[in-house]
Amino acid sequence: MKKRPLPTSRIFLVLIFIFLYAPIALLIAFSFNSTKSRTVWSGFTFDWYRQLFQDSAIMSSLWTTLTVSIFAALIATVAGTFAAIGLNNMRRRWQSPLLAVSNIPVINADIVTGVSLCLLFVSLGAVLKFELGFGTLLIAHITFNIPYVILSVMPKLRQLDKNLVDAAQDLGCTWFQAFYKVIIPEIMPGIINGMIIAFTMSIDDFVISYFTAGSQVQTLSMTIYSMTRRRISPKINAVSTLLFVFVLIMLLIINFREVRQEERVKKQNSHHHS
Amino acid sequence: MKKAFSFAVAAVMLAALLAGCAAGGGKTSSGEVNVYNWGEYIDESIFADFEKQTGIKVNYTTFSDNESMYAVLKTGGSSYDVIIPSDYMISRLIAENMLEKLDFSNIPNYSQIDDKYKKLDYDPTGEYSAAYMTGIVGLIYNTKMIPDDITSWSGLFDSKYAGKILMFDNSRDALAIALLRLGYAVNTTNADELNAAYDLLRQQKPLVQAYVMDQIFDKLESGEAAIAPYYAGDYVTMKESNPDLKFVAPSEGTNQFVDAMCVPKGAANKKNAELFINFMCSKDVSLKNMEYTSYTSPNKDAADEYAKTLDAETAAVMFPSDDILSRCQIYVNLPQDTLRQYDDLWVKLKS
Repeated sequence: MKKRPLPTSRIFLVLIFIFLYAPIALLIAFSFNSTKSRTVWSGFTFDWYRQLFQDSAIMSSLWTTLTVSIFAALIATVAGTFAAIGLNNMRRRWQSPLLAVSNIPVINADIVTGVSLCLLFVSLGAVLKFELGFGTLLIAHITFNIPYVILSVMPKLRQLDKNLVDAAQDLGCTWFQAFYKVIIPEIMPGIINGMIIAFTMSIDDFVISYFTAGSQVQTLSMTIYSMTRRRISPKINAVSTLLFVFVLIMLLIINFREVRQEERVKKQNSHHHS
Repeated sequence: MKKAFSFAVAAVMLAALLAGCAAGGGKTSSGEVNVYNWGEYIDESIFADFEKQTGIKVNYTTFSDNESMYAVLKTGGSSYDVIIPSDYMISRLIAENMLEKLDFSNIPNYSQIDDKYKKLDYDPTGEYSAAYMTGIVGLIYNTKMIPDDITSWSGLFDSKYAGKILMFDNSRDALAIALLRLGYAVNTTNADELNAAYDLLRQQKPLVQAYVMDQIFDKLESGEAAIAPYYAGDYVTMKESNPDLKFVAPSEGTNQFVDAMCVPKGAANKKNAELFINFMCSKDVSLKNMEYTSYTSPNKDAADEYAKTLDAETAAVMFPSDDILSRCQIYVNLPQDTLRQYDDLWVKLKS
């Protein structure tokens, strides 16, 4: 018994897509506008893309954003996965309070995380003689990424059959092999998910970066924000367009692979049953 | 294969972490200068020229307003060598002993700066700053939507234009317009004068379409609003998209801003900072920055040369006559009590 969707729900769906994508479409369109205006269309040009690649401030902040996001996501994924495995093997009495504590950065306002990290780095830096910079920015990003990884790995671990490790070791695996060949592949979707979330959170972040980046580097979001007194340059439209296209292609590849994998699994299953 | 890959990832990560710590932990070497400026306020191609000339690497970061720059300086933990705040913020930084005196023997190009931009009220001895850019606030209006000839701030308070008026969205600039309209000084500390200015803004409020800053660009270009106060340099870029716009320096006088280069107290690379300031004061660099920002450089030769490339109207906007400049007032830092009154009045107005 499959109900046909109501026409109103279709209309809602269309509206939702319009509200989600109209701003992005506009942003992309105005990256080709021949004047700096964000409202008046004055002709088509690729000029902003050309200027974008010559703009050292935007390019270096884009580079900072990408390197920080990639490394923060990778390191947070490793740390978060181990943390999740540790938490999962703990007794309930310890697990729940520790999980709650590790979730605080997710619930906490960014500004509180940002200011407190800034204060920590500044006071530590005064003693250990270091300044805010790429290092502190990276540590800050790892810090707020870890809980997201834990949150996405934990459910996968809970689904895991507790006897799997014992079975693997029974069959001759060392502990490390059991971990590496059995647990990790089982929870891989959670790990990948966590890494993607961490990466996006890093790319997105403004507030925490603002307080921890110091005087030598800044992220793309900080560069954009600092333009607001004058006017956000169309070069930003251009770089956003490129990022959007890049993410779109990534998503398409991931989805395509998932579909193929599912088909393969289905085929295998039907083989077993016949 | 898989194992090799994961080892590679681990190695790269470790290297990055160490490199990151080194970058954060290492003291800034002598070959660098950390510059902190407004966003979209410089032609970035000049950094490569500076690096080629001097071998000094420029680390360039940007801020959105004086107050957030001040907050970052106060927090500590970072070391800037050159900052470019505005007039009133410079006087505050001097008063709080947060700036180094410049060694002008390292800045020979300072002689090219027009004398009228030296030793101004915000830095009366001229020891702490070298002017970078200047400009005036004026009235920008759409001549198609407003056929009248507007020459005074009264245009912003005229009920004929109700719903088409935009105002500055910050207390200092908004109250300054009302003070000017009433014939008071923009740096007044007289509570009654400020209250009178507030009353004028209160009366104006029903006529105002929106209190905005950078949205003024969009609203004026698209014809969504007809009249607004903004900076001369930005008028020049707005006019590219909407030729119906016109700029006037109101007869009551107006606010002139000066953004100037300073070295914060304890800067690690003071000598490099002065070399950078010297580079920025040169004619060629001033020309490039003027072309990029459309703001006015205080370098006399650069200004004269650039004015020749412009049409008469744009030149008159970017390089106001001495008559207009004589009626301009530059902000200085206000005492705490007055700042508090500004905040109170602004909250009252916006609520």
